[in-house]
Amino acid sequence: MGRLTWAAIPFDQPVVMIASGTVGFVIFCVLALVTVKGWWPYLWREWITSVDHKRIGVMYIGLALLMLVRGFSDAMLMRSQLALAAGHAQGYLPPEHYDQIFSAHGTIMIFFVAMPFVIGLMNFVLPLQLGVRDVAFPVLNSVGFWLSAAGVLLVNVSLVVGEFARTGWLAYPPLSEVAYSPGVGVDYYLWSLQISGLGTLLSGINLTTTILKLRAPGMGYRQMPIFCWTALASNLLIVAAFPILTATFAMLLLDRYCGFHFFTNDLGGNPMMYINLIWCWGHPEVYILILPAFGVFSEVVATFSGKPLFGRRSMVMATMVICVLSFLVWLHHFFTMGAGADVNAFFGVMTMLIAVPTGVKVFNWLFTLYGGRIRFTVPVYWAIGFMVTFVIGGMTGVLMAIPPADFVLHNSLFLIAHFHNVIIGGVVFGVMAGITYWFPKAFGFTLNERLGKAVFWCWFVGFYLAFTPLYVLGLMGATRRMQHYSNMHWQPLMLVALAGAVLILLGIALTGVQLAVSIRRRELNRDVTGDPWNGRTLEWSTPSPPPAWNFSHLPPVGRADAFWAMKQRRGTAQDRNVKQIYETIHMPRNNPTGFFLAFFAVLLGFSLIWHIWWGAGLGLLGAIVVCLNQAWRIDGEIEVPAEKVAAFERLRELNESVQGLKERAA
Amino acid sequence: MSAAEQSLAGGDVAPLSLRGPAPTRVVAGYGFWLFLLSDIIIFAALFAAYAVLSGETAGGPTAADLFDKKHVLIETACLLASSVTCGFGSLAMQSGDRNSTYLWMAITFILGATFLSLEVSEFSHMLSMGAGPTRSAFLSAFFTLVGTHGLHVTIGLCWLIVMLLQVATLGFQPMVSRRFFCFGLFWHALDIVWIGVFTIVYLGAHL
Repeated sequence: MGRLTWAAIPFDQPVVMIASGTVGFVIFCVLALVTVKGWWPYLWREWITSVDHKRIGVMYIGLALLMLVRGFSDAMLMRSQLALAAGHAQGYLPPEHYDQIFSAHGTIMIFFVAMPFVIGLMNFVLPLQLGVRDVAFPVLNSVGFWLSAAGVLLVNVSLVVGEFARTGWLAYPPLSEVAYSPGVGVDYYLWSLQISGLGTLLSGINLTTTILKLRAPGMGYRQMPIFCWTALASNLLIVAAFPILTATFAMLLLDRYCGFHFFTNDLGGNPMMYINLIWCWGHPEVYILILPAFGVFSEVVATFSGKPLFGRRSMVMATMVICVLSFLVWLHHFFTMGAGADVNAFFGVMTMLIAVPTGVKVFNWLFTLYGGRIRFTVPVYWAIGFMVTFVIGGMTGVLMAIPPADFVLHNSLFLIAHFHNVIIGGVVFGVMAGITYWFPKAFGFTLNERLGKAVFWCWFVGFYLAFTPLYVLGLMGATRRMQHYSNMHWQPLMLVALAGAVLILLGIALTGVQLAVSIRRRELNRDVTGDPWNGRTLEWSTPSPPPAWNFSHLPPVGRADAFWAMKQRRGTAQDRNVKQIYETIHMPRNNPTGFFLAFFAVLLGFSLIWHIWWGAGLGLLGAIVVCLNQAWRIDGEIEVPAEKVAAFERLRELNESVQGLKERAA
Repeated sequence: MSAAEQSLAGGDVAPLSLRGPAPTRVVAGYGFWLFLLSDIIIFAALFAAYAVLSGETAGGPTAADLFDKKHVLIETACLLASSVTCGFGSLAMQSGDRNSTYLWMAITFILGATFLSLEVSEFSHMLSMGAGPTRSAFLSAFFTLVGTHGLHVTIGLCWLIVMLLQVATLGFQPMVSRRFFCFGLFWHALDIVWIGVFTIVYLGAHL
């Protein structure tokens, strides 16, 4: 069994054993419930083997929500440790455990929360907004999702079997080299990210192809919804940046497994090369996350102001400028490397330059709101909260773009406050807005507004309480990744930060309550028309939830905000006077390839982590057999007969007219 | 009527971007081009690492000591010739000629396998001299860059066998010819990468 023995399970650490025991118990209960209720065939048929982009999008978001809870419990551990461990008090987490927690927190929050959130939203929304029936490569889409899930599984296994990395979320060498981290922690980190990174790359290729090659007739680039534009930029960045991550991790793996000398201290290795390479991926990565969030806000602001987006063209240009500039700023993450004044000045100026297109965007949103009939729904709360918060985060970023200032602030809590400011205030707020906005499209009923607003206020106030003290502490000299401090003056601020984290925890718990309440009262909030927000883009022209084939006819598009134009022309969502003729639709058939590939990927990754070479061979062989089996599948499509489509549309019309009568009667 | 609506009504004259979803052939090819782009970025990162580390020999053998120009020239000739024969194979497949498809693809396979065996002999020679990848950062970067290309050629050869089996069992149906087209793209892309390797690694050694 390679390096794997019973000693790998930390029986002597009660915190870990209780946590993993609870998680194991919950998983067991869920599996038992599914088995007792006989839900396996349904899950297998409708979700696990589904290649429907809507289902896959929902699964991505479910995965992200689950991992948000995991990543946030790490955050609570850190905040409570730092609230306690001042002066003589040592807190309750020993350094070697604390190091694993901050490494796991960063890794999970970026790779397994933010990424699946954003990819899930894009997966769900893009084909609907583009007016097509699916993504370019539906089976590949499922493979991408299941590989991400495989990475998630490996990271969580490290909680019980062995340990996680203690090297921070980017595993800088030489610390992450085998000489200083001989355990399995870094290997867990590397293999889970290699596997999920491959999934992300496949998803990026798939969605880029979808946007560029599959759009409804008449939808050129000038008519394409703004969320599609931001998703295009984001996916282009995935295709261009994730291979750098794969190559960099491959080099570190060769160092660790085969004794190579890419990043070692001896025989000519160069650790700074790792840091350069990883940030060549890492900086575009933050734009991969934030650009789709910008897209969500653009849709939300336009819809709830009842106006077309202000400065659409400048918005598109700003998006693409950011897309390009994001590759020219990586060095600002390590001005202290000592590259010299000229190099640092260049990257400082490039960094400040990104503030210009971002500023254009903020003004566009503001001018869209200006003079609009704003409906203050939950997504608008998130959007306005974002604008305030993100501008502050952006300005602290510009501050750190000045190399001399960065020499003071580098690796301090000021930096931590800055990037949480833009990632929570930008990505998380954007995702929350997006989930609330598109939830009725996915499930056919809207989420509870009151609880949604409560969730917003918890996050909004909680964020400021948790991270404003960190800005101050950073200026006072507190560094990141410290497990204990001796300066007692820091403790009050640490306590405030903990209070903020508790408030955010309340927000996350309320999200659960909101979901439960909304599901229970779903009949009250049914979305019968398919257009609950008086939307502007094509996804709102479909019923909620849309049929597997999305559109019975591919909608002809004449201009941007295509659905708005249709409503203007006809007064109603659907043209009922024309007798519609429906054709047989070809849809991709369910496919278990992704699930099986992920199974063998987990086997491969786990075996490599523990040096179980026969298991690795078995995993690789299994993956190859699954791929070959897929290559010989010729029945990849099913037919949806025209009568079924017609019956679906007739029922929909009937439902809509019943609803119309009800409303008139009321 | 907007320009877009006009071109919709016009039918054939509509610009490509307004004509609705592209046919599967185009979509598959486009997706594969994007994959190749991402693959080339992996090589770009490895080239960058080689450029940074090529002088870091740690007192061990240097590039000029190790590389045999004649050997590499034969390797290069094999790989470039295999690209030509692969092209002939694609033409044969387009005309539906099964026998010449097999023939040209077999020649492609033989040339690719020759390239690979020459590379393996070069590697084993270096290893026997004690110039393995663990000797210095320069050699780590060399073996990784050239080895990754070799790994791609190996995968390409396996793919070629799979494609021949697919033609034998499934015939020239659209799915198979799409995959053959993608294989061709892959094989030519490996040539392009090799030209980079040849120039930067082998010619660069003697600058």
